[in-house]
Amino acid sequence: MSGTVPTIREILQANGRLPVSALTLGEDDDLYQHGLTSHASVNVMLALEDAFGVEFPDVLLRRDTFKSVAAIQNALASLGVDQ
Amino acid sequence: MTTLVGADIQDIDEVRRSVELFGDRYVRRIYTDHEIDECCRRAAGVDGALASRFAAKEAIFKILTSGNPWASWREVEVRLESGRPTIALRGAAAEQAARQGIATITLSLSQGAATAVAVVVAEIDREQ
Repeated sequence: MSGTVPTIREILQANGRLPVSALTLGEDDDLYQHGLTSHASVNVMLALEDAFGVEFPDVLLRRDTFKSVAAIQNALASLGVDQ
Repeated sequence: MTTLVGADIQDIDEVRRSVELFGDRYVRRIYTDHEIDECCRRAAGVDGALASRFAAKEAIFKILTSGNPWASWREVEVRLESGRPTIALRGAAAEQAARQGIATITLSLSQGAATAVAVVVAEIDREQ
């Protein structure tokens, strides 16, 4: 398991307000289909910024960026976060 | 004339929690300076006012068919004109609305103790 994935899951668990456990979702599972709302996505984004010391630029503020654990991992990688 | 309708509902406690957790970073990422100023002057409560504006932004994104539902919340601004809510679009949101031929946008906001609701009706004056 990649180094960033456990942290992403913990942040989703704490901020995603998902009706299911983010700790057991597959990395490619669609978070929106599992109940992630746009507003909760904002909290997830801000918590990710805090945890990884990055800032999501406008170009990454897309629904697709936060649609799965793997998508978030890819977005963080594009911001230079070591995997 | 084609009519598009978008609607969204936002839990006010969720917004309150975001303000408590992330403070100014949350507020300034989502809302324009004008919206923040108006919400802070709302006697009924800042959190409910912010929630209604978030719902309005999401309602707009539902009628903009760019395939990018929340590109930039700050490009959609709710303004109160003579007490009536209106929508001002900027940047990519305004460009997308123009591409779709949206001529007018009417906004209605409603707020209860726990939730805020926004309904947007857009009229298109030409088919794309």
